[in-house]
Amino acid sequence: MATQSIDADFRTRLQDWIPKLVLSPSLAVILVFVYGFILYTGYLSFTDSKMLPSNTLVGWENYTKLWALSSWITAIKNLAIFSSLYIVICTLIGLTLAIFLDQKIRGEGVLRPIYLYPMALSFIVTGTAWKWFLDPGIGLEHTMHLWGWESFSFNWIKDRDMAIYTVVIAAVWQTSGFVMAMFLAGLRGIDNEILKAAQIDGASNWQLYRRIVIPLLRPAFLSAFVILSHLAIKSYDLVIALTGGGPGRATELPATFMYSYTFTRNSMGIGAASAVIMLMTIAAIMIPYLYAELKEKKE
Amino acid sequence: MRGFYGKALTAAAALVLSTSLVKAADVEVLHWWTSGGEAAALNVLKDNLAGAGTGWLDMPVAGGGGEAAMTTLRARVTAGNPPTAVQMLGFDIQDWAKEGALADLTATATAEGWDKVVPTALQAFSTYDGKWVAAPVNVHSTNWIWINKAALDAAGGKAPETWEELVAMLDAMKANGITPLAHGGQAWQDATVFDAVVLSLGADFYKAAMIDLDPAALGGETMVEAFNRMATLRSYVDDNFSGRDWNLASAMVINGEAGMQMMGDWAKGEFLKAGKVPGTDFVCIRFPGTQGMVTFNSDQFAMFNQTDPAMQEAQVAMAKAIMDPVFQSAFNVVKGSVPARTDVPDTDFDDCGKKGMKDLAEANTNGMLFGSMAHGHAAPAAVKNALYDVVTAHFNGEYDAATAATELAAAVEAAK
Amino acid sequence: MSAATQDTAVRTGRVARTFIYLVLLLFALFYLLPFFVMLTNSLKPLSEITGGNMMSLPQVWTLDAWRSAWSTAQIGVEPTGLKPYFLNSLLMVVPAVAISTMLGALNGYVLTKWRFRGDTILFGLMLFACFIPFQIVLIPMARMLGLMGLAGSTPGLILVHVVYGIGFTTLYFRNYYASFPTELVKAAMIDGAGFFRIFWRIMLPVSGPIAVVSVIWQFTNIWNDFLFGASFADLDSMPMTVALNNLVNSSTGVKEYNVHFAGAILAALPTLFVYIVAGRYFVRGLMAGSVKG
Repeated sequence: MATQSIDADFRTRLQDWIPKLVLSPSLAVILVFVYGFILYTGYLSFTDSKMLPSNTLVGWENYTKLWALSSWITAIKNLAIFSSLYIVICTLIGLTLAIFLDQKIRGEGVLRPIYLYPMALSFIVTGTAWKWFLDPGIGLEHTMHLWGWESFSFNWIKDRDMAIYTVVIAAVWQTSGFVMAMFLAGLRGIDNEILKAAQIDGASNWQLYRRIVIPLLRPAFLSAFVILSHLAIKSYDLVIALTGGGPGRATELPATFMYSYTFTRNSMGIGAASAVIMLMTIAAIMIPYLYAELKEKKE
Repeated sequence: MRGFYGKALTAAAALVLSTSLVKAADVEVLHWWTSGGEAAALNVLKDNLAGAGTGWLDMPVAGGGGEAAMTTLRARVTAGNPPTAVQMLGFDIQDWAKEGALADLTATATAEGWDKVVPTALQAFSTYDGKWVAAPVNVHSTNWIWINKAALDAAGGKAPETWEELVAMLDAMKANGITPLAHGGQAWQDATVFDAVVLSLGADFYKAAMIDLDPAALGGETMVEAFNRMATLRSYVDDNFSGRDWNLASAMVINGEAGMQMMGDWAKGEFLKAGKVPGTDFVCIRFPGTQGMVTFNSDQFAMFNQTDPAMQEAQVAMAKAIMDPVFQSAFNVVKGSVPARTDVPDTDFDDCGKKGMKDLAEANTNGMLFGSMAHGHAAPAAVKNALYDVVTAHFNGEYDAATAATELAAAVEAAK
Repeated sequence: MSAATQDTAVRTGRVARTFIYLVLLLFALFYLLPFFVMLTNSLKPLSEITGGNMMSLPQVWTLDAWRSAWSTAQIGVEPTGLKPYFLNSLLMVVPAVAISTMLGALNGYVLTKWRFRGDTILFGLMLFACFIPFQIVLIPMARMLGLMGLAGSTPGLILVHVVYGIGFTTLYFRNYYASFPTELVKAAMIDGAGFFRIFWRIMLPVSGPIAVVSVIWQFTNIWNDFLFGASFADLDSMPMTVALNNLVNSSTGVKEYNVHFAGAILAALPTLFVYIVAGRYFVRGLMAGSVKG
């Protein structure tokens, strides 16, 4: 009897520790490989690192240089336009497709991969396909002219003010299918009994989705937001393949800027400074959002 | 270096990659020559080395004209796992030499008499602090114009020799209903044309502005004129130029949709691949006003420090094989560039290749051989890209000529 | 196949259904359009493409580009095509996806069903980690891999991909498990079931849809990664994307667009295969079973 209770006591204590033990390896690698590296980058941003990291401190010089660069300002502005449009459009399309696909659709097994496949293709090459498709001389505009619609005009990709929107189109094409999958998983995770109960209460389809389903999808919205903003911030291949940052430097994004300064321009210090600014901007947006989102869950 | 898992993988990979077994005296070569002709040309070097008992471990990373490979190189060096030999361009060689990472090839160079056959302007990149640190493979020259022969004949038939003749010819081509100038709107392509335009305003001006980075030259009256000429050229380019690959611009000239393209000698490859013959189907001329001068970029192989004597021997063997005149000829015939040594016979080259070799030798003797700014042989990467920013912004209509010249001087100053 | 279990309580009328099908088909068209461009151009000889015929169907149909991309195109100095690199990629992707998804599931389970003080902050830390730009990771990561003796090896690449994938997989599973009734877990605990038993018997069986999402995400990202592959792989661990990039990217060489497109489609086949196979687990209705069982 006594041994049994000690045993049970040990087991409960073990049960207390197991979850933390399970979580610890992941936390350890993230602390080292993410937060350690972020600190290191912060340090680099105060050094005169060029091709390789250096230890000579130069104070705020890199930050002053960074904000004096007009292409950095363009990159920041572009990111604001690009990410807001991209996140909103992808979420809307993803949610709509997921809800529609959840209506016992015949051929779901065929449609799903069609929506998803753009993610599978490397943008180094699909960028070329998009570039041609959007090019007025060979793509859509040209085809429409051949079909007799002479006044049709679509030359955004060649227009300095509009080119960033073609990047949005291609980016939405690439990832909205995945957002659909995330929402679909959320929908499939909702217990049908809840829905049936609501229907018995006489709720219409519209009310059903607005009042019950979409609130239940809240965690999925959080996932979608995090994934999409992550993708927006890291969009690199897309811009390189589609516009190469052009026309001129009109579609430069912080990711292309960062890579270019860190690696091709051999100005690692400025690259690190831009990374620090990026991370601080992300933190300023994400922390309040996460705080609100996660705090509520606790209640 | 590789763990147990890695060894097991090596064994598995050996089934498919017959060359992946590591022997004592193999060279691991990081390069970005992966497209058909280039890679085939490099295979000549590999075979030569194999004949001498040195194995070749291939590490190709293409992208951005070597930018991706340079990123890889930094990661590998940081990890303490540098490749034995690396393809490099201009200032990268100097930067790595400054880090003390490159092997000294002076003994081999002296024994083989490299300094007598390699043009002086190239040696500035191949040597650091008086020591040879790289072996040059080729010289690309960038101030070429490729003209469709039929379009040329229709526009009068005489290749332009001055700026005015060039403009007249572009006008004639426009009147004939074709796009006079095929061009791809990517920063480096804009800068390639800019190089030639600056050079056409005088060799001294080019040297002062692009190599010495003299603020007075960069922001002065002559530079305003250079930007004016760029604007003139822009008016002969079709509206869909932005983002176009240079290959597609070449295709326009090949098909007769466009009259000419201003591009380095690698463009010849596209013409040859399409079955066109130099002299009959297309003509190669120097940018008007730059005959006798050459702007170049040069691919070189640098060796990374090794402690193992067998490896050092393999590196010497590779450096020698690169400088072998027979290889230099064979490689450059395929690549479209010209040999990095001036004593190679031109028998195997086509008309454009022969002209390229003659121009190079002549420019070298007269001190008219200059590193190309657009291709990173005039100034370090930071300055080159700062110049790209301004040239491309002007070409896309963001600045007028006077503003562009002011901005250019400021941008270069900030990046120095 | 899975239609029987995809039951949703919502009923729709005929007009609404027609509208739904129409929208779904229109989007399918939108997604397929660039693929059409790629496929048709991969079936043309190069001269037709550079001749300006990019949007229409081939005049001469040919599979040469596909053959070239698969087995004879120049990747490095040897004309090997993409063929030999598939194995390298698979050896890297499969373990990396399996490990990161499993860790994500366990983390998500802990963070929702075994709450402890400060767990929300830990989750926040993991989430924010998703945003680290890979550009800044490269150099310090190379140093770490060198110190651990994993430079230029497949295990090194697996480590890198697991590290930068955990944040996402944890996010997916945590948010999915969040809406799973905690009472079921509590009940099982009272019945004496332990940590792993509950995970294995109760959580995993309902995780189908989110596991699909997580696997799709990880598989796609790791399979398509170029930066890490190019930086941390050696010649015997070089993944497919680096090879594809070598096939496609050339600054001063002739561009064979038809081969590029064929290569890109070939390179994407394993991912597409995963989408189709994993899609089978995208079903509803398993939860009811586990609740009663």
